[in-house]
This record gives sequence, structure tokens and C-alpha cells, in this order.
Amino acid sequence: MDKEQNARVDGAEYMIEVDGLVKRYGQKYAVDDISFRVKRGEVVGFLGPNGAGKSTTINVITGFLSSTAGTVRVDGHDVLEEPTAAKRLIGYLPEQPPLYVDMTVDEYLNFAYELKGCEYNRKKHLDEVCSVTKIADVRGRLIKNLSKGYRQRVGIAQALVGNPPLIILDEPTVGLDPKQIIEVRSLIRALGENHTVLLSTHILSEVQTVCDRIVIINKGKIIADEKKEDIVRVAEDGRAYTAKICGPSREVTAMLRSRSGVRRVERTAERDGDAHVYVIESDPGVDIRKTLFFALAQNNWPLVGLEPVGENLEDVFIKLVDRSDVKKQGRERRRPVIDNSDIERKGE
Amino acid sequence: MGAIYKKEMRAYFTTPVGYIFVGALLLLTAVAFSLTTLWQQSWNTMQYFTLTLFVFIVLVPVLTMKSFSEERRTRTEQMLLTSPVSLWSMVMAKYFAAMTMMAGVILLTGLYYLPLYQYAEPETAILIGDMIALLLAGSAFVALGIFISSLTENQMVSCVITIIIILLFLVATFANSYINSPVIRTMLGWISVFARFGNFTNGIFDFAAVLYYLSITAVGIFLTVRVYEKRRWG
Repeated sequence: MDKEQNARVDGAEYMIEVDGLVKRYGQKYAVDDISFRVKRGEVVGFLGPNGAGKSTTINVITGFLSSTAGTVRVDGHDVLEEPTAAKRLIGYLPEQPPLYVDMTVDEYLNFAYELKGCEYNRKKHLDEVCSVTKIADVRGRLIKNLSKGYRQRVGIAQALVGNPPLIILDEPTVGLDPKQIIEVRSLIRALGENHTVLLSTHILSEVQTVCDRIVIINKGKIIADEKKEDIVRVAEDGRAYTAKICGPSREVTAMLRSRSGVRRVERTAERDGDAHVYVIESDPGVDIRKTLFFALAQNNWPLVGLEPVGENLEDVFIKLVDRSDVKKQGRERRRPVIDNSDIERKGE
Repeated sequence: MGAIYKKEMRAYFTTPVGYIFVGALLLLTAVAFSLTTLWQQSWNTMQYFTLTLFVFIVLVPVLTMKSFSEERRTRTEQMLLTSPVSLWSMVMAKYFAAMTMMAGVILLTGLYYLPLYQYAEPETAILIGDMIALLLAGSAFVALGIFISSLTENQMVSCVITIIIILLFLVATFANSYINSPVIRTMLGWISVFARFGNFTNGIFDFAAVLYYLSITAVGIFLTVRVYEKRRWG
């Protein structure tokens, strides 16, 4: 019996389990059958263009909305069947921080403390929360007199009160200035060290700097769910590199084209000293870097630079979103009004 | 629930709402009391209580118009709804906070009666009964006001609709005497607040009326909870 209970306290392997979640508003599907899991201790970026269904999904996880179909479990607690137990585990910062502007920061945090029914040493706990979020110097001020950056941090502080194991942040950096954005991001990174964090955003660099794993959602569907490093590969069929190679460009091109695994070689107009810059694309799933090195070495053509192209998440994201849009359009319209391939070409 | 109750009470006194409610209610009832009793040299408080009900028309909405409208407009309701507090506790906390204000002011108006004892012998039981009746009618109006405020994020809309609805409850009695159809008369009688109030002002403790006011209160609170449940499922 004791063991069983302990297992419960230690909790499930997954902090969030979303299975077949559907949320429909009238005829419109805000979220259409999505499933994903977040492991304990992971920092997951929940990414998508505006209106993709991020906030809706988060609102279902936090118990603010109910789902049309599907289940959501937080640390093994079904949010519909045991809402109170699930809510106790979540610290949530909505898109618009839920601040009572007529309160001082201190009053507000005390309210959050009581609302969540915490039983810590109150003063010590709130001091800690304030020092983590760096709002100790404004605790006596009215929230309505605070700057946006401070308000956002008070919102995060509110989510941290009660030390919940799961922190959910919905677009925490929207509307902040660059310096504040950096501060909030480093705060989130620090939180990730001993919390599970689900971070919703439409800003890619944010995920890039903060998250371990990325779930991309578009039009209510998940279009990618990968580790940060792997997500690039999902978008690319093969990989492309820019290579700087010294040597007669025509021969180099011809030699490279003859190698297996190389799909395309093109010389760009760019030069770096006496080296030409080439774009080399490999077949899917083939690592051509070694082949490239030995082939060039045999011919005494020094390779002075090799860089993967399109590692940029920005590109990947747009590619994935476009691709899923195009797929959807193709499915929905039997007779396309616009030629899809045309759009793709223009997009590139 | 305690946390939300405390927050509500603090909000009443850190914003003008609480002061306006207490101040205006005391002022208007004091004027009504003076005009109907002291100036008339009478200790009959019947008119006074009737007038006080009319004062409620304007002042109960002041108390309740913000209740949920403001939370909805500023999205702070998300904090309440995602906290480990049930919908019932949330609504009850708001109701109790408003009722604390209500009960406090009604108790204060008890001071008005003191001068009466100087030159007459008013029946204390009637006065206490009347205060209880005011509290019960106030409770019904507060519950309705909270319900209306959960329907809109605009405080003004919430206020005006609450006034209209309370007015309908009050006016139902007067309309009664102009209507011939017995069916409609009976129905109007059901919702009429004055008809129930009458017995109290005559010094009769009317349990049916108590039940009536408590039922309206319960319906108001229940509907508010339903509004939130429905929005969650919407």
C-alpha cells in the first residue's frame, strides 16, 4: 500500500499527456486531434503561428476550457476527473498576465499564495519567489504603476507561488523590449533546471535558446514533435552544405557530381580568397561530409570551409507550416483555384 | 474560498466602490427615515422600509456590477479558474463578500431607530424583523446582480441590466392591480418582492417569504456557476 502511494507521489513518467485532444467551437476546429507528451523535467517549446491552437490547448491543460474529445492528464491526473489535483500541480501564466492592478505586488502574491492553499513558511517562500523573478525591489508598489517587463515577471512570480512542478507559460515575452526578453528567457532557462516547463510561443529564437524539445502546431494539428536538433532534419529531405573549396571550379563540380550520395552541386558567385563557394546537397539520409573530405583530399583541392545550410529554425518552421498548409489546401479543394506548386515556387 | 473573499473585501475598500455603496446607502436611507418617521412624528417604519427597497435598486448594482465583469475584462478570472478552487467556492466567496457589505450597512441603519425610542415605544420585534427582511431581499438582489455580472464583461451593461431586473421584481406588485387575467396576476405575484415584504413590515415573520428570498438567492448563485460551466464547455 505504502509503495503504491509512493509511486503515486513520485508520479507518472510524463508530466503532461495529451491524447487525441479535440476542441471545437461551433463548426470550427480550434484543435483537431492532437497528442503529445511532456516528460518530467523537460522544457518543451509549443510553437505555432498565431491562431494555430496553442492557447486553446494550453487552456484545456490548465482546466480553463474543457475538451470536445480526448483526454489530458497532468502527472497522471485527468484534468476533467480530478481537476483540483491537476490544477494544484500547475503554475500558469496566461497570455495576458492575470494581474489585479489595484493591488501591490506583495498583496497580489499573498493572494496567490492563499488562493493556491499553500502551506509553506509564507514569508520565506514569497521572498524566494521574488528573488528568483527579480521583483523584490517593487514589492510595495501598485501593480498598475509597474512597467510591462515587471508586470510580466510578477505574472511569472504568481505562477511560481506554491512551487508547482509544472510551469506553463503562454507567450511570456510578447510585447517586451529586447532587454526584458533576454531577462525573461534566462529566467525560464533557470526554471527549467528544476521544473517541467511548457512554453508557448511564435518566436523561434525563443525556443532555440530555451527548449529541449519542440512541438509545432499549425491549424489545430501537430506538424512536428522533435528534439531541437532533429527538427531541422524533419524539414529537409536531404541536407545541404555550403563548402569553400580551392581548385578549378569546373573540375571540382564535375568530380563532386560523380560521387554517390550527392544530389546537386552548384557553384555560387561568392568567393573567399582563392576558394569558390559551392552549395552541395546530399540524398536523404546520407552523410556526405566524409566522402567530400576524402574526395577533395585525393585531388589536392583543399576544403577550407564546410557549413550546413538551413540550420536556421526560422526556415524550418516556415517550411513546415507552408507544407502543412499546402497539404490541407490540396485535400480540401478537389479543383485547386490556384496552382499549389506555383505558390511554393514563389514562397522560395 | 477565504482568499477570494478577502480579496473582494479589500477591493471594496481600495476602490471607491465600497465607500460609494456605504455612503450613498446610509445617506439615502437616512433621508428616507427622517422624512417618513421623524418629520411625520410617527414611529411607523413601513414606508421607510419600502423606500429602502427602492434605494437597493440603484445601490445593489454598484456592489455587484464589477464582481465578475471586471475579472472577465482584465482576464484575472483565468487565475481564479485555473486555481485549485471550485466554481462554487469562487461564486460563494463573491456572494458572501457582497453580503458582508450589505449586512454591515443594514446593521448601521439600526442606529436610526434609537431616536424613535425617545418619544415613542416602537415594537423592537418589528424593527428587527424588518431588518432581516431587508437583508433577505438584499441577498436575492445581490445574487441576481452577481449572475448578471457573470454574463458580460462590461460593467455598465451589468449595472443597467441589474437595475432593470430588480425594478421588474419590485414593480410586479404594482402592475398586479391593473391586470385582470388571474393567470398573469398569479405569476406576477410569484416574482413580486413587495408582496412578500408586506408581512414583515406588519411585524409578521413570514417563513414562506424567507424561503422565497432564499430561493431567488440560490437560483442566482446556481445560474452564475452554470454560466462558468457553460463557458468552459463552450
